[in-house]
Amino acid sequence: MAKTLPPFQSFLDEHRGPVLSFLRSMVGADDADDCFQETFIAAMRAYDRLDGQHPRAWVMTIARRKAIDHHRARKRRPTPSDQLPEQPTHDRTIADRDSELWDSVRALPAKQRAAVSMRYAADLGYPEIAAALECSEDAARRSVHEGLKRLRSEGVGEGERA
Amino acid sequence: MTDRDLKALEDALRRSAPHAGEDEAVGAAAALAERADDAGVLDVAYGTLDTPLGEMLVATTGRGLVRIGLPNADVDRVLERVASEVSPRVLELPRRTDAARRELDEYFAGRRKEFDLPIDWSLVHGDFARRLLRGLPRVRYGETISYSEAASRAGSPRAHRAAGNALSSNPLAIVVPCHRVIRSGGDLGGYGGGPDMKEKLLRMEGFLT
Repeated sequence: MAKTLPPFQSFLDEHRGPVLSFLRSMVGADDADDCFQETFIAAMRAYDRLDGQHPRAWVMTIARRKAIDHHRARKRRPTPSDQLPEQPTHDRTIADRDSELWDSVRALPAKQRAAVSMRYAADLGYPEIAAALECSEDAARRSVHEGLKRLRSEGVGEGERA
Repeated sequence: MTDRDLKALEDALRRSAPHAGEDEAVGAAAALAERADDAGVLDVAYGTLDTPLGEMLVATTGRGLVRIGLPNADVDRVLERVASEVSPRVLELPRRTDAARRELDEYFAGRRKEFDLPIDWSLVHGDFARRLLRGLPRVRYGETISYSEAASRAGSPRAHRAAGNALSSNPLAIVVPCHRVIRSGGDLGGYGGGPDMKEKLLRMEGFLT
């Protein structure tokens, strides 16, 4: 080990909030806890290899992979019975609109979805997003921008005005 | 589509993001320690203990008790040392330190005169220091020995200075009773937990009245 790593507890305390927010935005609140556990267990196993990398970006890379695995597993499983079609309602509340907004984010192509989630749910800067997505900073900006454009073109968040 | 439209969408995303609250993040992190232990990736577990002399830190590995932090110690510094010298896979999991915390509780309540705990000596460096500290539990509750006596028991009668160094860097204070080593003239000498603490311990054990 070239550099001294902080106790894993400090690492966990520092990143738990943004990682959980990111995972909630990626897989929903119900499954985020499982992904969170898997993310930090994997991080703990590989902790020695963190050396020299940006810690937040490093753990987000792991979290993103866990979220992708989760998506794939979900697709293979038959639709569970708790996912009955929702009852149509006449009055859409603000909460409904908010969750629809993030449902639309979850329907974006994988890279855009991760980039938008890191930017707006986990509040990461572009250098961190780039490192976590293993791409250039320009490419990270493009992914976020394309994600936003796509959401707009689908009419998502139409009610929102500056 | 204008920049204003995008800005509005960005604001809406930020405002409506499914943020995890502090409590939820704390809960998820606490559950992790148990999971990590089950998965066999947790190398050092720690917990804290309230004593009449202040809050103490207790850390254990799979081999046994590895570090006790006295009330005057900076917990972050103690854990950083453990991370660099034992393993960085350190998490708070008080359950794993239950045996040590129970025995220390009993000691401070006056119901325990010797400890029966497996010890991990990883943080004691050097053969002399190891021999010296390993031998200390034979100095019984209520008794003391001098620094030169401690040195000679470790096989180097004239190494009383080295004995002082080994004692002052004892990572397992109280359980390995370095407070029972005092100067030959009767002066109590130094203590990692502060001279007051040494005096209180010796008073509690009935050596000082």
